[in-house]
Amino acid sequence: MLKVIDSAVPVACWSCSVAHNESTLFCPHCSKIQPPPGGNYFSVFGLEQKLNLDLNALEHEFHRLSRKVHPDRFARSGENERQWSLADTALLNDAYRTLKDPLRRTEYLLKLQGAEIGEEHSGRDKKDPSRAPADLLEEVFDLNMQLEEMRMGRQMGETDPDLQASLEQAKKKFDGLLSDVDRDLRQQWNLWDEADEPARKSAEKNMVALLDRRRYLSNLVRDVTETLGAE
Amino acid sequence: MAEGRVVGIDLGTTNSLVAYMQGDAPVVVPGVDGSNLVPSVVALDPMPADGGRPTVTVGNSARKVLIERPERVIYSVKRLMGRGLQEIQNELKLFPFRLADDVEEGEVPRIQLGELRFTPPEISAYILRQLKRNAERFFGAPVTQAVITVPAYFNDAQRQATKDAGRMAGLDVLRLVNEPTAAALAYGLDRAKVGTIAVYDLGGGTFDISILKLRDGIFEVQSTNGDTHLGGDDIDNLLLAIALDEIFSEHGVDLRSSPGAVQALRKAAIEAKIRLSTEQSASFDIELPNGDRYQREIPRNVFEMLIEPVLERTAGPCKQALTDAGVTPEDIDEVVLVGGSTRIPAVRKLVDDLFHLSARGKTPHVELNPDEVVALGAAVQADILAGASKSTEEMLLLDVTPLSLGIEALGGTVARIIQRNSTIPASATEHFTTGVDGQTNVAIHVVQGERELAADCRSLARFDLKGIPPMTAGMPRIEVRFLIDADGILQVSAREQRSGLAAEIEVKPTYGLTDEQVESMILDSFDHAEEDFAKRLVIEARLEADSILTKVDAAKQSPAWSQLAGEEQSAIAAAESRLAEVKSSSDANAIRNATVALDQATHRLAELMMDAAVSSALRGKTMNAAGEQLNESVTAPHPMAAAEFK
Repeated sequence: MLKVIDSAVPVACWSCSVAHNESTLFCPHCSKIQPPPGGNYFSVFGLEQKLNLDLNALEHEFHRLSRKVHPDRFARSGENERQWSLADTALLNDAYRTLKDPLRRTEYLLKLQGAEIGEEHSGRDKKDPSRAPADLLEEVFDLNMQLEEMRMGRQMGETDPDLQASLEQAKKKFDGLLSDVDRDLRQQWNLWDEADEPARKSAEKNMVALLDRRRYLSNLVRDVTETLGAE
Repeated sequence: MAEGRVVGIDLGTTNSLVAYMQGDAPVVVPGVDGSNLVPSVVALDPMPADGGRPTVTVGNSARKVLIERPERVIYSVKRLMGRGLQEIQNELKLFPFRLADDVEEGEVPRIQLGELRFTPPEISAYILRQLKRNAERFFGAPVTQAVITVPAYFNDAQRQATKDAGRMAGLDVLRLVNEPTAAALAYGLDRAKVGTIAVYDLGGGTFDISILKLRDGIFEVQSTNGDTHLGGDDIDNLLLAIALDEIFSEHGVDLRSSPGAVQALRKAAIEAKIRLSTEQSASFDIELPNGDRYQREIPRNVFEMLIEPVLERTAGPCKQALTDAGVTPEDIDEVVLVGGSTRIPAVRKLVDDLFHLSARGKTPHVELNPDEVVALGAAVQADILAGASKSTEEMLLLDVTPLSLGIEALGGTVARIIQRNSTIPASATEHFTTGVDGQTNVAIHVVQGERELAADCRSLARFDLKGIPPMTAGMPRIEVRFLIDADGILQVSAREQRSGLAAEIEVKPTYGLTDEQVESMILDSFDHAEEDFAKRLVIEARLEADSILTKVDAAKQSPAWSQLAGEEQSAIAAAESRLAEVKSSSDANAIRNATVALDQATHRLAELMMDAAVSSALRGKTMNAAGEQLNESVTAPHPMAAAEFK
């Protein structure tokens, strides 16, 4: 059974009507599967809100819970049970997908803390130079020019080897900057996980900035990789 | 358990199969003719004189009609499932079928078959019904629940169309399973407990690649990719096109306008392709309508050059799947080959290169018959769902959605809400509002695909949220929940949060049948007098009895008959008259038993009918096996199958 972390509101089981704690997947009285419990992705796994996670333990718990709630276990059950199994499993999968990925996990935790962060996958702002981090403005401007030149050349069926080398150089540099960001993020994780409330707020602010920078860099690297990779 | 068996069905482009779990091993259920494979071919018999509906035949008997009456036969219908008018028109350039004249944009296209018109799900339903009947005949009990496999890369519409077909055939489809995943299940039963496997599935019309992680009975798909438009059919079409061109240029004969001749040529092309998997060369030798002969030698190296572009198209999806799974070729512990096209040596070479196999001293898994492995895996999944068996209780399949789900945003761009390769069921919640004061409707366009613009993705459905309480623009807050279920099919629900009302959603699937349409196409409503189950069993048993009686009668004319001892002859005669006697009764079991008895009694007759060498190889086998050998068909005889002499 799940550990209860959030203060739970008692609700009645849909099947046996006995009141139970809201954060449970199965009714303690009649053992029937219940609608998705309240709480958040961390509480789904009985975890405290922390950024450093034991991924092996997380996977193990994901598999253990999947065995219990997956729709395959309820294929021949009644309509209610099939419906709750589907909803519970969707929640479980969404939670696992978010928590196992370091960036999604960070974004999610920051959102839980009320932070405003950009959308990872919206496809917007990809080439908006106004959002370039201040220290990179000049380089990004040059890089975008080179990328444009490279694409034009490609369309005409030619590749300038100097341009190619310069782009590869740039990619290497931005890859390096990305790893720097990742290292800095991990430092902030440790700070957040161990700190008290005021220090947490400052770590959150830093992480929001780091995520923005990371998003910008990784879009840039993707553009360069795509342009270099295109035949 | 009170419920009946759950069977596993591979509804293939070329062949379809039904399998079930026998103890702790999956087994394919053979058809009446003893063959495990039911060709996915559907034929319409001539119109009856009384104006009733003509009979629809499926499988080998339908295939025989292909050359004589091509306009009454349809095959490879899987390529048309869940597709729109435009797509089907492109597809049909390669096939002899034509669309019904009155098809309009926006409806599910219907194919003209003889005098009648059918949607692709209806055609598939006939194949499914045949498999259902084969299983019922085999078990002697009704079968109503099934798992059906689909290519992993099938989109929402193709999956829904497959489910619709199941419903039309009278099957409760408990789950759609992805074909490569099913293959992994079939292999996974008695295999190592931990590892990363790649399943490369090149079938008749579709290509899939899936990367899975195995751990303690959990099969967790990491990524999948593919092409629902790539397979053995494409290779056949290449060979066919060359033959047609050469026949035209060298002999001045244009066969393209003659569907029967094209079919004969296609058959020859397929045979040549199959031979080239084991031999260094194959040849066409075909008599043309003008009396000329078209003779053509195809060496294997020429064949391999020809098909290289087709095979090369499988490489990109493989690389993408590896990237998406976050692994390199060296991380792949095992590769499983699925689909008839993986018998081609050039395909195996390509797979070896892609996954660096021989360089690491590995070989791909081909132990299970590549034509059967998907059905066997479907049977394993069926057993998991039935939940009644020890051998599969520890197993669980966690599959993914092959395509990202998005909604069309302002400016025609796509806002992705569920990423491809997310474990399913998966969900996303989005909030919508109104742009005009008093607006009571909001339209949402949902698409599937990886492109940036909605127009480049595949339109899935348009949802119209209705009955929003009139408020100032931007005030309503409508929460829409998108959920991809365990079959990979989208479900949507909506709620207006300020009023707490469940918003009414009208769904307009871009490609697909409405519930009412599916209901009206349920096959039983066609066969209005669909016999009850017991009656049907009797009819089938009588047909089998007739078949063996005819064959034994014919065998009496062979020299082997006179080689039998007198008591052997009279034993056969006794079994014959016993069968003739019970045949008219309505006891299916009695008819079956008498059929089997006659089959056993003719055991030595069958042996004698073979030449000495063959008969020694077959000693101890029954008339059935002898019949199989005489037919040169590679099939597993069913214990109750009628003997076949030809």
